[in-house]
Amino acid sequence: MNNRYELNKNLAQMLKGGVIMDVTTPEQARIAEKAGACAVMALERIPADIRAAGGVSRMSDPKMIREIQEAVSIPVMAKVRIGHFTEAQILQAVEIDYIDESEVLSPADDKYHIDKTKFNVPFVCGAKDLGEALRRIAEGASMIRTKGEPGTGDIVQAVRHMRRISQEIRKLQNQRDDELFHAAKDLQVPYDLVQYVHDQGKLPVVNFAAGGVATPADAALMMQLGAEGVFVGSGIFKSGNPARRAEAIVKAVTNFKDAKLLASLSEDLGEAMVGINEQEIALLMAERGQ
Amino acid sequence: MALQGGFIEHIHALDRLGIPSFEIRQKADLENKPLDGLILPGGESTTIGKLLRELDLFEPLRQRIQKGTPVFGTCAGLILLSKEIANDSNQYLSAIDITAQRNAFGRQLGSFHTIAPFAGVGEIPMTFIRAPFIAKAAEGVEILAEVQNRVVAARQGSILVTAFHPELTEDLSVHQYFLDLC
Repeated sequence: MNNRYELNKNLAQMLKGGVIMDVTTPEQARIAEKAGACAVMALERIPADIRAAGGVSRMSDPKMIREIQEAVSIPVMAKVRIGHFTEAQILQAVEIDYIDESEVLSPADDKYHIDKTKFNVPFVCGAKDLGEALRRIAEGASMIRTKGEPGTGDIVQAVRHMRRISQEIRKLQNQRDDELFHAAKDLQVPYDLVQYVHDQGKLPVVNFAAGGVATPADAALMMQLGAEGVFVGSGIFKSGNPARRAEAIVKAVTNFKDAKLLASLSEDLGEAMVGINEQEIALLMAERGQ
Repeated sequence: MALQGGFIEHIHALDRLGIPSFEIRQKADLENKPLDGLILPGGESTTIGKLLRELDLFEPLRQRIQKGTPVFGTCAGLILLSKEIANDSNQYLSAIDITAQRNAFGRQLGSFHTIAPFAGVGEIPMTFIRAPFIAKAAEGVEILAEVQNRVVAARQGSILVTAFHPELTEDLSVHQYFLDLC
């Protein structure tokens, strides 16, 4: 792999143990940075609003992204539609720190993802199982996150995806060397990535939790399940007291095993975002891009 | 210091050198523990700095460093240890007499890898990720490495700072350099 890809994986390593927050304005970005976010995701509407508004959702206005870049000193990420490599070229031109090729936006291509090896800026992609994660890595993603179900405030899907990825990793670890060729075929991924996971017992890139995190307890749950950090989308700025909730989630991620501290962090956070259960939603964003 | 960022990479480097280590995530982890040296890892300085304060680690840590506990800061760790930060109104542990410039090589597209000399060690690989550099260093601060005419590593007494990430490369010589200070 080239040097740029290493540097891009390295940036994800520096984000570990942190919380990446969705923001829609420079104001929110400042609140997020002050609350201890290790990066922000600049987008026009947070997933809960995208879900409510319906219609086609696209990459954000580059001007808005630039204003957010000027407002904070931490890394700024932004989303492009699955397969929309021109949106990605535009974000690279505004020197974004990380591109999220995201199922939250309407897919631009129902078959092909972006060839991320053609870019100098790093990409993070969603996955709900090991096959998806390794396919995205083969395409050049230098960071993975669970898909979860964005904009719901319901953690069940993120848990399902994180557990599934971990289970599939453990399964590969236990397989004999001569079974790995078949495993690569089953997973529909390159053999060398299967071999890496078999030998190392982990993904070759950093893996965050995303989709449905609404409380400090949700964030700590994902960390205990093996996430290396957490994305929080609608959970913060759709809640009663965003600054306070954001701070509590940051601390919960650092001390994710300390139940006593988690108890005090969970106190008086004001109203959590109104959640939607997975049975109540018509659109499963996680099914976009396999 | 395991509040946020790339601390596991430092632990792996220490493991390979056969040095035992433990994570500090809250005040209790620091209390009554013998400590020969402390590493502040890379990550986001605003995040780690805030957590240091709010988890009540700031004072005990400052006192330890004042009493002479050797400390090694990489990237964000360098910023946290600096006496001044040129482009940030925050001030953290103020342990080493330098002025740091944050994100001094630009955004992620400005991140780079190079090989450059490190005083007393020789040529080593250096990985810079949205890295700072040392804009000013007071007398008594030893300059250890320069890249693109910028100071990227320095030492004052038993305080060592690097703008790059030795923990992201296979080379263990900077960690060994730090252990020799401990």
